[in-house]
Amino acid sequence: METRASDPNGAASPAPTLPRATPVRRVIRESADTVTLELDNSVGRSFAPGQFNMLYLFGVGEVAVSISGGPVESQVLAHTVRAAGAVTRLLVNVKRGATIGVRGPYGSAWPIEGAARERLDLLVVAGGIGIAPLRPVIYHALRERHRFGRLIVLFGARRPDDLIYAREFNRWRAYPGVELRTIVDHGSSNWRGPVGIITDLLATTDFDHDDTLAMVCGPEVMMRFVRHALVGRGLPPERIYLSLERNMKCAIGHCGHCQLLPFFVCKDGPIFALPKVAPLLDMREL
Amino acid sequence: MLPGETAIVAAAALSDLLHEISRLGYTLVGPTVRDGAIVYREIHSAEDLPAGWTDVQQPGSYRLARRADSALFGFAVGPHSWKQFLHQPAVTLWHAQLADQGAVTFAAEPPERKRLALIGVRSCELYAIATQDKVLIGATYSDPHYAARRAGLFVVAVNCTVAGGTCFCVSMKTGPKVETGYDLALTELIDDARHELFIEAGSERGAEVLERVPRRPADGRAREAAEKAVRATAEMMGRQLETEGLRELLYANLENSRWDEVATRCLACANCTMVCPTCFCTTIEDHTDLGARRAERVQRWDSCFTTDFSHLNAGSVRSSIKSRYRQWLTHKLASWIDQFGTSGCVGCGRCITWCPVGIDLTEEAAAIRRTDLRSQTGREA
Repeated sequence: METRASDPNGAASPAPTLPRATPVRRVIRESADTVTLELDNSVGRSFAPGQFNMLYLFGVGEVAVSISGGPVESQVLAHTVRAAGAVTRLLVNVKRGATIGVRGPYGSAWPIEGAARERLDLLVVAGGIGIAPLRPVIYHALRERHRFGRLIVLFGARRPDDLIYAREFNRWRAYPGVELRTIVDHGSSNWRGPVGIITDLLATTDFDHDDTLAMVCGPEVMMRFVRHALVGRGLPPERIYLSLERNMKCAIGHCGHCQLLPFFVCKDGPIFALPKVAPLLDMREL
Repeated sequence: MLPGETAIVAAAALSDLLHEISRLGYTLVGPTVRDGAIVYREIHSAEDLPAGWTDVQQPGSYRLARRADSALFGFAVGPHSWKQFLHQPAVTLWHAQLADQGAVTFAAEPPERKRLALIGVRSCELYAIATQDKVLIGATYSDPHYAARRAGLFVVAVNCTVAGGTCFCVSMKTGPKVETGYDLALTELIDDARHELFIEAGSERGAEVLERVPRRPADGRAREAAEKAVRATAEMMGRQLETEGLRELLYANLENSRWDEVATRCLACANCTMVCPTCFCTTIEDHTDLGARRAERVQRWDSCFTTDFSHLNAGSVRSSIKSRYRQWLTHKLASWIDQFGTSGCVGCGRCITWCPVGIDLTEEAAAIRRTDLRSQTGREA
């Protein structure tokens, strides 16, 4: 069910890691430490949900960021960035109209076309910024609602403010067959939702294990618990997909940094079917 | 002459042969003695070769020694590999320029069109080059700098007539006899009566070069002498590695306690990865000028033995030395096969010789085989 970009960017290029100068069209503040950069895509570059780009900030450096927007044919490419490392701490301060370097898209995609063919229910499980590479899936499933069964989104974050894209939640919920449930580790004075961890939500969510495709992205420890919970609930491992993160320098399978035993996360991933990576994820420091 | 044809050239005429190669526009690179080791550098004639030198290699030990004769290629491999000329230690990939209005422009650094003739490439090293080809030009994306240097290569291979104390190409099926991927292949024949080179042309341009130097036809006896010398080398391997089921063995032993044991000795110094002729990992460095107007991206060799290598915002994925040694060895001997269809090890022995504490990957693999977690009875007390 896995799909791949049919035409990997720059494969035949004389300089496969050369960024394209790309204007920032809009900056949307998502939370105290997170912004979404909407990058010019007037060239109409397409991507598959789950893929990522390498974003370069002049004089600072480069970082892999999932494409968090849609639709595929959009005039902008959205990337949601959290200030977490040396590059992203400055990338979140980029202003509208600035130029950054972009190369990509790279990597494997969520298997949503396969899911549409079988008209599966979609179970999206996200932790924190892990919602970002899943938002294109949500957009896709909303836009082509008739091609899928239920769309269940379980979204956990540390604090209510970390539930990014909250301004869109009501719109998502307005579509038929959509359930969105959120949970936070720590509540706040105006938080009325549940407090706990994402597996608490999962435990009280009904899904049809014969007819559901699960897509999971979040911290690795979160994904470990979620996948065990999903398998425990009878979901076949081959219908559980994860998005993995590893250090990446080149994104084209040359630098070696993103290896996970036999895999290069940049090209074999970042989206993996669970059976491919399950034993590896249970091993420490692999 | 034609590819596949052979000739005998006097050792004294090797400089003529090298001259003919450089006349075609190639820069000659070959083995030469420097700082107590045989290293690969630009050479100008056969005079620069390590005549009469050999090397004595053991885990963590490399010493030059005088030979009783004046053989030109009477040694194994040193700390250098040809990797440094093809997959260079530092390559500028592109420049970025910042304009007044904040606009950024990018320009690729064009690959340097340098034509190199590698003189004295051993069979294991030819396999190493073929191994890096699969990584850097054989997959979806091609490294233009590597590709340019690779395309401009003239290869003078040498059949090994001596094996080093850490060599195990026979185990890896990568030598000692040169089989393919060369323009000319030499076997040095030396005794009290003669000092000659048995030369086989492996390409048309190799044949053309050979045609221009003084030579005589190689008879059956010369071929036999050359083959005998290489066969003798195969009997001299300093190390061996059991490769049967090695990939499966390592995958089944990721939790073997041997990794903890080797971690008490490994310094994570990265020497093994630097001397390895197949290790391809790189990092990037961005340099910005003081005016913050111009930046350049430089690709540099990197090593999986650093903590930075697997750094994520939450910390290093492989923070322990145990996990880094395990990554290196399992990549080299197991996961490389999944990724590229061949082992990442060519049996050159450099990682053993140049490990400052003498860790021997053949011994580590053997130790894991002895304590295979799949066999209860195989466990050591």
